[in-house]
Amino acid sequence: MLKQNSRPVSPHLQVYRLPLTGIISITHRITGVMLSAGLVFIVALLYTIISGSESLITLQSLMQHWLLKLIYWGFIYALFFHCCHGVRHLIWDAGKTFDRETLNRYALIELAVSMLLTLSVFLFV
Amino acid sequence: MHYRSPLANVRGLGSAKTGTSHWWMQRVTAVVLIPLSFWLIIFLDLSLKAPIQEIVAWLAMPLNTIAIVVWVVAVFYHSALGLQVIIEDYVAAEGIKIIAVWTVNLVFIFLALAALIAVFRIISIG
Repeated sequence: MLKQNSRPVSPHLQVYRLPLTGIISITHRITGVMLSAGLVFIVALLYTIISGSESLITLQSLMQHWLLKLIYWGFIYALFFHCCHGVRHLIWDAGKTFDRETLNRYALIELAVSMLLTLSVFLFV
Repeated sequence: MHYRSPLANVRGLGSAKTGTSHWWMQRVTAVVLIPLSFWLIIFLDLSLKAPIQEIVAWLAMPLNTIAIVVWVVAVFYHSALGLQVIIEDYVAAEGIKIIAVWTVNLVFIFLALAALIAVFRIISIG
């Protein structure tokens, strides 16, 4: 077998100065990995519900800690961001909006919409 | 007509044969997960605030039971597909790559089953 360890990896992150679209693209991946890791927490939450009222109350009061709250809202934002850029990908898959101006404009729209959605969940749910 | 050389075949270079369905299922699960993500946030909010009886009763409502089951199947499938792409992009060594992809697949199958079993146990409480 050919030794492949020295082959360049793609997409490489350190050798370019990433444009906004590039930053958003890699953020989509990073949030994807983060959200995948967060799935473990949801499975744990389901089993906490099974184990009864006492452990659920312990978890609920633990989640009142400011740091855990911050992480929780970080996850909500990550979910909305991943969702918004995912929709962007679906539009690309339809073969539309590949031109340069829409790339940057859509990138800004994604950031704004994911912020707005996070904010509205924070305020209204 | 065969354009691939026997050497390329032996080395396993070229198409992995299942790329299209991988790509397609990534999209199908993504579309399913858009509305379910909003549903998930309501569920998370409820389970971090409400008393346990309320959460159990809420999950036992038919639409919510369907939502969480579909969400579990779609989200673990979507995650495993996505992590596979990332591993394939960044892990160049063939052996480690295969082991990593299969580890991810097995862990996510395990987590998905654990989640589904948990859902059915919660519903049977209520």
